[in-house]
Amino acid sequence: MSRPNASNSSAVSEELRPTAAAAKAREPMNVLIVGVGGQGVIMVSKALASLAQSKGFEVKQSEVHGMAKRGGTVFSHVRFGPQVWSPTIPKGEADILVALEWAEGLRWLAYLKPDSGIFICDTKRIVPPFACLNRRPGAPLRYSRETPAEVREHVAQAYAIDATRMAEELGNERAANVVLIGALSTALDFPAEDWEKSLAQFVPKKTIAVNLDAFRLGRSWIAEARTRVIEAEAPATRIPVPAESPYSVRLEITQEWCKSCDICVKLCPERCLRLNAERIVELAQPDKCTGCRLCELLCPDFAIRVHLDRVAARGAPA
Amino acid sequence: MHAVTETVEQSQNPKQEVKPLTGNEAIARGAWEAGVRVAAAYPGTPSTEIMESLAEFPAEDLHAQWSTNEKVALDVAMGAAFAGSRALASMKHVGLNVAADAFMSQSYIGVNGGLVLAICDDPGIHSSQNEQDTRLYAQLATVPVLEPSDAQEALDYTRLAFDISEQFDTMVIVRGTTRLSHTRSPVAIGPRKEVPQRAFIENPAKNVMIPAHARRRHAVVLEREAKLKDYLETATINRWETGDASFGVITAGTCYPYVREVLPNASVLKLGASWPLPEGLLRRYCESVGRVFVVEELEPVIEKELRALGIKAEGKQFFPRMGEFSPELVRAGFEQAGVLEPRAKPGGWALEPLVRPPVLCAGCPHTSSFMAVRASGARVAGDIGCYTLACLDPLRGLDTTVSMGSSIGNAIGMSKAGDTKPVMATIGDSTFLHAGIPGLIDAVYNQANITVLLLDNHITAMTGGQEHPGTGKTLRGEDAPKVDYEALVRAIGVKWVRTVDSYDLAQMYQTLREGIAHRGVSVIISNRPCVLDPVKIKGPALAIVNAQCNACQSCMNLGCPAMTWGEDTFEGRHKVKIDQSLCIGCTLCAQVCTVDCIRPAAAVTQ
Repeated sequence: MSRPNASNSSAVSEELRPTAAAAKAREPMNVLIVGVGGQGVIMVSKALASLAQSKGFEVKQSEVHGMAKRGGTVFSHVRFGPQVWSPTIPKGEADILVALEWAEGLRWLAYLKPDSGIFICDTKRIVPPFACLNRRPGAPLRYSRETPAEVREHVAQAYAIDATRMAEELGNERAANVVLIGALSTALDFPAEDWEKSLAQFVPKKTIAVNLDAFRLGRSWIAEARTRVIEAEAPATRIPVPAESPYSVRLEITQEWCKSCDICVKLCPERCLRLNAERIVELAQPDKCTGCRLCELLCPDFAIRVHLDRVAARGAPA
Repeated sequence: MHAVTETVEQSQNPKQEVKPLTGNEAIARGAWEAGVRVAAAYPGTPSTEIMESLAEFPAEDLHAQWSTNEKVALDVAMGAAFAGSRALASMKHVGLNVAADAFMSQSYIGVNGGLVLAICDDPGIHSSQNEQDTRLYAQLATVPVLEPSDAQEALDYTRLAFDISEQFDTMVIVRGTTRLSHTRSPVAIGPRKEVPQRAFIENPAKNVMIPAHARRRHAVVLEREAKLKDYLETATINRWETGDASFGVITAGTCYPYVREVLPNASVLKLGASWPLPEGLLRRYCESVGRVFVVEELEPVIEKELRALGIKAEGKQFFPRMGEFSPELVRAGFEQAGVLEPRAKPGGWALEPLVRPPVLCAGCPHTSSFMAVRASGARVAGDIGCYTLACLDPLRGLDTTVSMGSSIGNAIGMSKAGDTKPVMATIGDSTFLHAGIPGLIDAVYNQANITVLLLDNHITAMTGGQEHPGTGKTLRGEDAPKVDYEALVRAIGVKWVRTVDSYDLAQMYQTLREGIAHRGVSVIISNRPCVLDPVKIKGPALAIVNAQCNACQSCMNLGCPAMTWGEDTFEGRHKVKIDQSLCIGCTLCAQVCTVDCIRPAAAVTQ
C-alpha cells in the first residue's frame, strides 16, 4: 500500500498515501505596483506579468479592485520566478515598489526589502477631498509631508520622478504610468525591445507612439538619475501652510430678522447651528464653529453676522 | 467505492494551451469546459466577473444572465438542472443569505443535470458588510464544498464539481475568496465537453418538497453525506505532501500557498474539499505527524471537526478567526506556536499613512441627492450601493445601512416607533429591484409615513456597471424590456410620486420637502445616469474665478474629488481649485457657490 500515486492523473486512487512535497524553488522576484483608482496601476502590472510569463516564469498577479474606481487606494502584487506560492508579497520582501502617486508610494514603503529594495515613485499628488475638510483659518492640508530627500535617506534606492509632468510634455498625461514602466524596466533583466512589444498590447492603438516615447524617457531618466540626484519638486512643500493665528468666533444674530427658514441650520458644514424653542437660530456648539461665514452668506434676511476676533497668542505680549 | 466516473486531468498536458486567468475567469472557463448550459448571477464583489466571463463564450453554448437577485439566480439554475442541463449560479457570500431558502430545500431535492454554486467569500471585508464563512452554510445544508487554491484548481475543481454533482445527486459549492477571484496565474485550458441534455425526471417524491417527501429525503441527504465522505477518503483533490513530520499542517483553499510560502518543507495535508471531511484520511495523517496545526481563514470548521474526532489540533489560537490571511500573518502564527524561529522585525521608518477613503466620483448624481437629503433634516435609512459612501464626511447623509433592500423596512420601523425626525429611505435602482419592492409594498400596506428616495443611476454601479431589468439591456448587451419605476410604484399603491433630475439641486431639495410633507408613502425618483457606466461622461470642466472666491468652502461640502485647496487663502481659509481633468461639468459646485465664482473653464482666465 505504499506505492506513490500523486503523479497518477486519475481522480481516484485506492488509498491516499503521502507523496513528495514540491521542492523548494529559488525565491521569486517581487514587484509591488500602487496608486490611486484610474491611474493605470493594473495596466502596469499586466504588462509586467505578461512579459514575465512570455519568458517562461510562473507568474502570479494579485489585486483588490472593489473600490478602485472610487478614488481609493489600488495595489497590485506581481511575483514571478521558477515557482511562486503566495499571490501576495510578504511585508518587507518587495524587490521593487512602483508608485504612481506620492502618498501611495509612502504608504507601501514598509513592503520593500529594507536593505536592497528599489523605490520608483511619481511625485504626482492626488489630494483626496478628505484632506481638505478643515475650514479653520490656517488649517494644514492633511497630506503626507515627507520629501523626496527624506525618502532617499531611508530607502536603499529611491527615485522620485516627476513622471506626470514628463508625460504631459510628451503630449499625453495618461502616459505617466508608462514613464514609470520605463524606469522599472531598468531594474529587471528583460530586454527593452520585449518591454516595448508587451506594452504595445496593453495601450490603446492610437497611443502606441507616445507611450513608446514615454517608456524610453523613463529609461533615460533613470540612467541619468544613477549618475546624479535629479531634484524633483518636493511635493509636500508646494502648498504654503498659513500660520495659524488664534482667533475666536462670535455670531451676531439679529433675532427680529430671523424668519425660521432653517437654511443656515441645514447647510452649516459643521452642523453647529439649531433653531431654539422660539424657532430662532442659535449657535448650539460654539466650539465646532470655524467662522467660515457660510450662514452669513446664505441668510436671505441678513440676520447673521460672523465676527472673527483675534486673540493674542498665549505668552506673547499683548 | 464511490468513484466519480468523469475524471479530471490535474496533471498539465504539455500540449495544452496555457493562458493567464483570474480565479473568476478560471471558474467560468471550467464551467464552460464542463458543458454548462444555463448560468445566472446577481453581481457582487468579488464574484461579479464569473458571470461576465461566462457571457464571453458563444450564446449557442450557454445562456448566461443577470438575475434580479441571488435567490432568483439560484432558482433559475435549479430550474435548468431540473430540466436536465448542467447549470451554475454565482454570487458573493452574502448573496447566499438571499438565496438561502432555495438553497436549503435544493439540498433535499438534489439534481438531474449537474448544479454548481460558485460562492466568493470576502475575508478582510474588502467590499462587503461582513465576512461570513460559506463553509458553515455547506454544513447547514449538508452539501460538499470544493476549495481551489489557485486559478488552475479553480478551473479543474469547477469541472470536477459538475461530475460530483451528477454522481452524488447534490449541488456542489465551489468556494473562492477575494484573493482567488482577483489573482491572475497561468492556467492550462481545454476544450468544451458537450454533455447531452437529460430528460426531465417526473418524480414528485424527489422534486416536490411537501413534509411527507421531505422527511424521506432528509435520510437520503445523510446517506449522501456518508458516500461523499467515503469518496473523499481517496479523491486526489486531497493532497498529502510529506515533509518534516515533527508537525503537520492541514489547510485548504487560498491558505495553502501561504503555508507553502512560509513552510516549504513541512508535511501538509491540503484538502481540496473542505466539507464534508474524510475521517479516515484525517486520522491517518494526524497519526503520521507530531503536533497538528490547522490553517484556515475565518471559522474553525476543520479544527472543530478534528477536535470532534478526538484529535488535538491547534489552529485559532495562532491564526485569527477574522480578517484575510497573508504569508506574514501565517508566519507570525507559526512563530508564536514555536515551530518557526522568530525573524528580526525590521525597524523601518514610522510614517503616518494618508487617509484615502473611497469617495463618490466627480459629478456623481448621488452627491447632489445627498446634499439635499442632508439639508432635509430627516432620519435616513440607507442601503447598499455606491451611495453608502455618503455616510462619510462631508456629506454624512445617512444613519443606517444593513443589507440589500433593508432601507425601506428599516424606515417603516423607525416611523412606526415614532422617530421625532421625518423618516426617509434611500435606495439605488438595482437594489430596489433586488429586494426593495417587497419593502415598498409593506410600507403602502401598513400605511407608513415615510419618504423613499429611489436613486436611479441606470446601472448597477458599485460592482463596476452591470445591466439590470431597469437598464433595457441584457448581460450580453441585447435589448430588453425596461422597468418603468413610476408605473411600478403607482401600481403598488403609492399616490405621491415625483421624478427629479438630481443635478438640479434646488428642485431636488424642494421635492424632498414636499415629499416629507406628504402624509403616507411618498416616492421620489432621482434620475441621472452614473458618470462611469455604461458610458464615461465628460462635459466641459468648470473653474474658479480665484479673485472672487471667498473661501467659504460651501462647494467643499460636496466632497467632490475634483475639488481641492488652491494656493491662495482668504481670511486664512484656503481658496478652492478645480482639477480640470477630473471635473465633468455637473455644475453642482456652481449651484452651491455663495459668490457665483464658479464658471465654465473656457470663460475663466487663470
